[in-house]
Amino acid sequence: MNTLILRTIVPLLTGLMVIYSIVVLLAGHNEPGGGFIGGLIAASAFALYGIACGVAPVRRALYFHPISIAAFGMLLSALSGVISYYKGVPFLTGLWWFPEIAKGVEVPLSTPLMFDIGVWLVVVGSLVTIALALEEKE
Amino acid sequence: MIGYLVLTPFLAALLAPVLVFLIGHRASWILALVPGYLLYRFYEFVPAVAKGETVLQSHEWMGGFGINYSFMIDGLSLTFAFLILGIGFFIVIYAGGYLKGHQKLGRFLAVLLAFMGSMLGLVVSDNLITLFVFWELTSITSFLLIGFDNEREASRRAALQALIITGLGGLVMLAGFALIGLVGGTFELSELLSKGEVIKEHGLYSLMFWLVMAGAFTKSAQFPFHSWLPNAMEAPTPVSAYLHSATMVKAGVFLLMRTYPMLGETELWETVLPLFGGITLLIGTVLAVRDKDMKLMLAYTTVASLGLLVLMLGVGGARAIEGAVLYLIAHSFFKGALFMVVGTVDHEAGTRQIDKLSGLRSAMPITALAAALAALSMCGLPPFIGFIAKESIYYSLTHGGLHEWTIAIVAIVGNALMFGVAASIAIRPFMGKWIDPPKAVHEGPVMLFLGPLVLSITGLVTAVFALNFMQTNFFSPMVNAVAGSEVKLDLHLWHGINPALILSVITVGLGIAVFVFTANLKKFFDKVLNFIGWGPDKGFDQFICCLTWFAALITRFLQTGQMRTYMRVTFFVTALILLVPMFKLNIWPKMPNFPELRLWEIGVFVILVVGIIQVVFARTRLTAIISLGIQGFSVALIFMMFGAPDLSFTQFMVETLSVVIIALVLTRLKLMKQDRRSTASLLFDGVVALSVGVGMGTLLMNITQAPIDLRLSEFFSTYSAAIAHGRNIVNVILVDFRAIDTLGEITVVLITGVSALALIRVKAVPDRKTKTSQASSKIAGSEALKETS
Repeated sequence: MNTLILRTIVPLLTGLMVIYSIVVLLAGHNEPGGGFIGGLIAASAFALYGIACGVAPVRRALYFHPISIAAFGMLLSALSGVISYYKGVPFLTGLWWFPEIAKGVEVPLSTPLMFDIGVWLVVVGSLVTIALALEEKE
Repeated sequence: MIGYLVLTPFLAALLAPVLVFLIGHRASWILALVPGYLLYRFYEFVPAVAKGETVLQSHEWMGGFGINYSFMIDGLSLTFAFLILGIGFFIVIYAGGYLKGHQKLGRFLAVLLAFMGSMLGLVVSDNLITLFVFWELTSITSFLLIGFDNEREASRRAALQALIITGLGGLVMLAGFALIGLVGGTFELSELLSKGEVIKEHGLYSLMFWLVMAGAFTKSAQFPFHSWLPNAMEAPTPVSAYLHSATMVKAGVFLLMRTYPMLGETELWETVLPLFGGITLLIGTVLAVRDKDMKLMLAYTTVASLGLLVLMLGVGGARAIEGAVLYLIAHSFFKGALFMVVGTVDHEAGTRQIDKLSGLRSAMPITALAAALAALSMCGLPPFIGFIAKESIYYSLTHGGLHEWTIAIVAIVGNALMFGVAASIAIRPFMGKWIDPPKAVHEGPVMLFLGPLVLSITGLVTAVFALNFMQTNFFSPMVNAVAGSEVKLDLHLWHGINPALILSVITVGLGIAVFVFTANLKKFFDKVLNFIGWGPDKGFDQFICCLTWFAALITRFLQTGQMRTYMRVTFFVTALILLVPMFKLNIWPKMPNFPELRLWEIGVFVILVVGIIQVVFARTRLTAIISLGIQGFSVALIFMMFGAPDLSFTQFMVETLSVVIIALVLTRLKLMKQDRRSTASLLFDGVVALSVGVGMGTLLMNITQAPIDLRLSEFFSTYSAAIAHGRNIVNVILVDFRAIDTLGEITVVLITGVSALALIRVKAVPDRKTKTSQASSKIAGSEALKETS
């Protein structure tokens, strides 16, 4: 599968796909998208990278073991629910902040966003774990 | 506030390993401050409780189900809390001395403190479910402590046995609690206790009774569930002294006392409890007399004492409860002290076999004193608290009919045998001629003798100097709490000559005889038990053996290890689930009107159908997989055309990834390129596949033809942007409205990832082995080459 064309184009494509997946993740609250879909896009990007250039560069690029990434995402999602306890509301209640970073520019931050980032990490981590483990030569 | 007090030991448990790492075994002096502080805080409740008040506090947990972190402090729970914390204080110090320099001391103290918290939570819980949670926590911490020496087979077995017996009992008890909660309409004990009549007169009373008894009898080691307790002596002595004599094993008795106003004083109660208690008392004492290991002797007398307590609660009535309450308190003092004494002797002299020790009094004077004081209380001799307790028991038994007198005889025999054991433990190792023990013996350090000395002296002081104080602050409130009514206690060391005193004298006489003729009794009991040759301990092994055999049988039947069987079973069952209800209820969907389609819509459908046909008739597997992808993409396109961009988006990605992953799996499995199946199996698989397809299709048509309740959709579209700040309803549902579902789903995703990784690695192991052997042979070969050159 590692033809010259694929090897040349895939690193670029992977980068684009991951960026796009992050856009999908962040835009997901208002436009089609979200953590789950974004995670699938990023996972297929890494899987493709692995097929074209071998597993080792993917592992190097990810730095952490993908299953650790997934576990961290799980933790993040769970913690986003715990935060609501400090406000005295039930587990996983959505909380919003609108800090103004410049005059008139508000950045909406929320626990659902944190939760969605966790979902993204779990999906990416778990699927990349499976894909890379399968791609690895025995 | 009580909730926070209960949490304190758990926090200290987190701190314990760090402290031990920093300052070694001296950490236990600091950690003992935790129970000390808690004692101080719980003392604040004493005046109120002495006046007969009940302190209630509640934090909501799952309010909708009536489950709360609610706590109740009355005479019963307060006295238990004092026993747990007071004895715990000395045990923590003792543990530091006993396991000084042990590598895992930090872990040990941590679990010990966690147990303390669990036990404390158990006794002060007001909610039955909270009580159950703490109950199981004590089982788990007990498991960890019994198996502390985890490299020894015996201690692992003992730990597992204790966990299985008490854990199973606890689960059965939970069923009982659920029933009580349903019948009584609440899980709060404080409310249930006043509804005793409702529960006792309910048709399911006997079921509730037996379910709760299962929990109490397993935890409090009643025959035939007692065998885990002597085996639990594999644990280090601080554990035996604390969990398996003074506190945890009394949880069962605590439960009986707690539920007494609710379940007690019925015919069933007054038949079953004396029966089990009596048998346990006799068997426990017989086994205690027979044994040579002092720790085991004490363990069996603990079994016997628990039997006696159950027996007394079974007799019922205010006086019997008074006897049980006093005996329970007295027992915690003297048994805790004696266990620690035996531990100290074991620690310093290197053995705890009673026939290998003699004349230690000169070498270990303080320990000998503690042993003597504790044993006198256990023998029930004046002026110790043990004497007062036994007098109360006899008093209640002599003021009744034939039933009570029969029980009195059982109690006398049991007490006399226990007298013999207590005397043996206090006299034989310490008095008599000096025998050289395995180790050069000397008095234990202060950490080791502090606990037993204080506890045994408490047994004396309580009876002689503090009887009135204890009576008003602890004994009376506890008896009142158990009996559920006002009871006046009138305790004195000297009541004058009455039937109870005469029974006491008989007991002492018999006890001395037992002590003198211990050797003969031992031989006799040995003969009897050898004749029987079977016990619950063996039974437990047989039970486990049967269980694993049965599990293996089922597993072999269900898990053939063939993917094809799994798939067939799964899809066959799916087809049944889909089609049987439709046949049975005769609900078939109407054929929908064929809609007008635009050209491109027709195009997509054609691609879809061609994709499916290609999957079925493809010659190689790879083509089939890719065709499956084409079919999936067409579905995604349909989603897109009919206004579900999110769904379509996801469908595209899922299809892409599944084609990639299935292709990767297939290349690893090294299957044949083509799928060759016999016609028969092709036919079977085809029929199953078609049935599932038809079933799914008709189900979907049924669903779309049924009237749709739009309330949820309306709710989501109204509030999605308004309160959840998102215009994409699907995403808002996923991450906000129904985030807990998503949390569950990503957990499944994560677990799938972990298990796939594990499975793929398992597959890789033999390959790696052959690789390394090849590599090593290569290296060997190259070395051989070098040599020849």
